Amino acid sequence: MSKVKKWDLVITPHNSWFDFHFREIFNYKDLLVLFVKKDITVFYKQTILGPLWFFIQPFISTVLFSFIFNKVAKISTDGVPPYLFYMSGIIAWNYFSDCITTTSNTLTTSANIFGKVYFPRIIVPFSKVVSGLSKFILQLIFYFFIYFYFIFFGNTSINLSINIIFFFPLLIIQMALLGLGLGLIISSLSTKYRDLNYLIGFGTQLLMYATPIIYPLSIVPDRYKYFLMLNPITPIIELFRLGLVGQGYFDVLLFIYSIFITILIFFTGFIIFNKVEKSFIDTV
Amino acid sequence: MKRKNIIEIKALNKKYTLGTINVNTLSNDLSKLWKHFTKKSKTRNHLESKQIMALHNINIQIKKGEIVGLIGSNGAGKSTLLKILSRITTPTTGSVKIKGRIASLLEVGTGFHPELTGIENIFLNGAILGMTKIEIRQKLNTIIEFSGIEEFINTPVKRYSSGMRVRLAFSVAAHLDPEILLIDEVLAVGDADFQKKCLGKMKNISHSGRTILFVSHNMSAIKALCTRALVMEKGEIVFDDTPSNSVSFYLIGNSKISQNKYIWDLKDAPGNERHKIISIEIEPQKGTEITVNSGIIFKIKCYTELKKSPIYIGMSIYSNDGIRLTHSYEPLDEPHNIQKGFYKTNITLPNNILNKGQYYIVVWYGISFSENLVTTKERISFEVLPSVNKTSSRDIPGILNPNFSISTSMVEKNI
Repeated sequence: MSKVKKWDLVITPHNSWFDFHFREIFNYKDLLVLFVKKDITVFYKQTILGPLWFFIQPFISTVLFSFIFNKVAKISTDGVPPYLFYMSGIIAWNYFSDCITTTSNTLTTSANIFGKVYFPRIIVPFSKVVSGLSKFILQLIFYFFIYFYFIFFGNTSINLSINIIFFFPLLIIQMALLGLGLGLIISSLSTKYRDLNYLIGFGTQLLMYATPIIYPLSIVPDRYKYFLMLNPITPIIELFRLGLVGQGYFDVLLFIYSIFITILIFFTGFIIFNKVEKSFIDTV
Repeated sequence: MKRKNIIEIKALNKKYTLGTINVNTLSNDLSKLWKHFTKKSKTRNHLESKQIMALHNINIQIKKGEIVGLIGSNGAGKSTLLKILSRITTPTTGSVKIKGRIASLLEVGTGFHPELTGIENIFLNGAILGMTKIEIRQKLNTIIEFSGIEEFINTPVKRYSSGMRVRLAFSVAAHLDPEILLIDEVLAVGDADFQKKCLGKMKNISHSGRTILFVSHNMSAIKALCTRALVMEKGEIVFDDTPSNSVSFYLIGNSKISQNKYIWDLKDAPGNERHKIISIEIEPQKGTEITVNSGIIFKIKCYTELKKSPIYIGMSIYSNDGIRLTHSYEPLDEPHNIQKGFYKTNITLPNNILNKGQYYIVVWYGISFSENLVTTKERISFEVLPSVNKTSSRDIPGILNPNFSISTSMVEKNI
């Protein structure tokens, strides 16, 4: 035969670390949309309050945080009304930590479906990040309602900085990629080491205290400040707060560092996941 | 006309590690690593893991438009092969080359979400199987129609019966239009009507030039549907021929068996260290062939190492579709008489009980309800031929062919 055969798919055991199938992932974009839709519709089903749950959780956390950390522990909020200060931090942090927790158990909890049918596994964690985003945006809108309440009925004047709000899409992508990257790493490793599943809830909680959520970065003593700044999520949260309540720390170098770490973690996660997804079903 | 290969499998191997694989914890691996570096107990590390070859040197070429049946007993590697083809897992060595879109139906209803309605699940399931939204929307009506559950299509799937789920799932998969469709024993569920519909649909799919790889334990479906069938045994392809040849090869067994004689080497005889079944011979009681009215003698030779134990020998006769027809069960001897050594048991089945057809037996041997009870693993088949003497028994359908005694008399005259 003179004609060289063209195969659409070649299955071999040797898959290198950089054997990506971007075109294939793109072909399954409809599945991504449907997974997101599923996550959102299933959230409402058989609940009395339905989508109200999106607002109840950050609201109660905000009230509680204001009482404990502001009234009892007397931690400063940089002159910002405590409700706005905590709520802005909680909303941003929740999205980030949701990205980690919902993606980190992808391979183990979906093993059942992965064992029966093939589609690019990365679609599942991607869909979690996108469906988390819808919740985040609703909560952000909720925040603006509270904000305008404070503007009209409160005595405080706080400045929403519109310039920085234009940066929010970048910040959101950065939070998503960082959370996704960490989630992918944990997910890949937890197919072999289940220990990581126990660590995850505890770990994100610890990470929250290492991030200026319940306190502003400005009140941290200088010698500890540098440790907090090493945390790549710190500049994101601070910039986020600068936009929402007008108080926050911004440093270009620090921000570039954060972007660099985000990209590094995301690609590490992506590569490990890509490697593990091919045969994890034998070990899970 | 020479058609082109659509699937080429070359020297495919799949190795599974048994034993320790699921008990890994990070600390375990770290301590292993530590031991490795400190070079302590070098030999102990690799002790417990045992490896099995789930697939061994598989070479298959499948042409476009073929419907290939895959048969074999449980654990022969059929599902593993389909899993590799559908990219759920990767091979250990070897390669598979595929032309065209491949879709697998390894279990119906994969990815159905119980809270979503039928329609929502059609979209979700279709997308999981690789369809685009537009494609699904175009086929939505035919999918719903084929499933036959139009009235429940807006009800959450959790309220469906299992049969309805299967109907919906198969309908989605059947309208997938892939070049290659992999199907693993999905027709076992669903009622007779729907099964017929599915087989018909699969035939249609193949007529349109698509290729199907089909695993089933339903031999009549294999014969009816496939154009070729492969028999797998212990991870290898042992037979590759027309469906009817392959099915009879699988049912009657391999070359070890000749004329209803099953003789094993002591090493691989069915049994354990203490009990072994050495040979089984199936012979007619009268004449030279097993027929409806010849009667059948099952001669079983076995070996025991136990003394003074209550050792039993039993035998079940099954019809070819796996229905147990009868069971015989007797002690070898009084327990205090049992010695270490060989025993021979003859079990006679009188004539005019089994009708013509294929049957198989399973022999049970050892101390009942204990780990010492062993059974034969292979399918020990025999065929009952129609009666030679036409007068003594009639050619009738069914499994039994007894000597009925029938008497009829008129009770009342209708004027």
